[in-house]
Amino acid sequence: MPGGRVFTGMSTLIAPFKRWPARQPLTFLLLAVIVWFALYQTLDPAAEALVAVLSVPRDSHLGGALQFFFYDTPKVLMLLTGVVFVMGMINSYFTPERTRALLAGRSEGVANVMAASLGIVTPFCSCSAVPLFIGFVQAGVPLGVTFSFLISAPMVNEVALTLLFGMFGWKVALLYLGLGLSVAIVAGWVIGRLKMEAYLEDWVRDMPRTSAQFEAQGRTLADRMDGGFAAVREIVGKVWPYILGGIALGALIHGYVPQDFMASFMGREVWWSVPLAVLIGVPMYTNAAGVIPIVQALLAKGAALGTVLAFMMSVIALSLPEMIILRKVLKVRLIATFVSIVAAGILLVGYVFNAVL
Amino acid sequence: MDIKVLGTGCTNCRNTVALIEEVAKAKGVAFKLEKVEEMRDIMAYGVMRTPGVVIDGKVVHAGGVPARDKIEQWLVAA
Repeated sequence: MPGGRVFTGMSTLIAPFKRWPARQPLTFLLLAVIVWFALYQTLDPAAEALVAVLSVPRDSHLGGALQFFFYDTPKVLMLLTGVVFVMGMINSYFTPERTRALLAGRSEGVANVMAASLGIVTPFCSCSAVPLFIGFVQAGVPLGVTFSFLISAPMVNEVALTLLFGMFGWKVALLYLGLGLSVAIVAGWVIGRLKMEAYLEDWVRDMPRTSAQFEAQGRTLADRMDGGFAAVREIVGKVWPYILGGIALGALIHGYVPQDFMASFMGREVWWSVPLAVLIGVPMYTNAAGVIPIVQALLAKGAALGTVLAFMMSVIALSLPEMIILRKVLKVRLIATFVSIVAAGILLVGYVFNAVL
Repeated sequence: MDIKVLGTGCTNCRNTVALIEEVAKAKGVAFKLEKVEEMRDIMAYGVMRTPGVVIDGKVVHAGGVPARDKIEQWLVAA
């Protein structure tokens, strides 16, 4: 993988400096923040200067596209690196074990809200969905609350939010955050009301109960910073090609393709566009970064925002491979219920959005 | 040394197996490496994140590919 090579190259390059931040973590963090903001301020003039150097007329299609690409690429990558680093540090406070201890034995309702919110800050990888699920249920976290967590954790995460913020502004990011949390809270609560514990696989129900006891390990600031570095290596190292692709696509559209191309079949007047977006989204399986180029293209072509957000949510939250993994612990009926409730929630989000905006 | 990698076969699990093999061979440690892929068996170790690493019956790691220096420490300690 080319990304891996670039990043190992980088890490050997920065290796001599690595011991210094570990000794003076606070100084390092302060300096890093200052350098980050200073760099961020120079992005816009730097992009303009770069276009000028290439002697491309600034008001031509090519000039517009280049400026967009030169400005947006470093901007989004810097935002992402900063946010992922900070989240890597925050993540070290919210291990799944601690989240489980916070949720165990709590009554539903409040616990659904907590579970969905904790889903944002608890580190989560879709391949851990099943062990996490069992671990929660085993320790007495109610089924509906567990689902609130499982829906929110992959869907509402720092990568999705940062990319939405960097490319479409804070309003879109905030809307996605609010609606994603709502879907997770309500869908989990409904699943809890339906009392579907009988549709867990038998061996899961028969597993011995474990206690949700949790001992916090003392961790230093330097340890948490290591967590931040590791998160940047892993996440930014993995998603940067998607971001580059997304922005390049955005730049092309920006400069060349006529607006409203998509409006005819994904605009807000077309009632069936939302269900269609969800239907197309479910079999697709990619992470938040992978879906961004598509979102970029759809929005730029005049597709309605609600439709596009519904598409993005269904791609990330509902995926065929995840269903197949979950089948090991859930009976078909519970999976079907889960999918229909979440899909209904996403549909509602799409419609409300298109109606309001 | 008895090493088990817990995981259902995701990319991170395969990378973990490959990395442990590489480090162990480089250090000349005699080891037996086993992949535990059955969910029921994985859960018996009480981990909530995969890949997990078990060395001589003890869970030493859960979640994400372990760092190389961490693996070296395990192989020395055991």
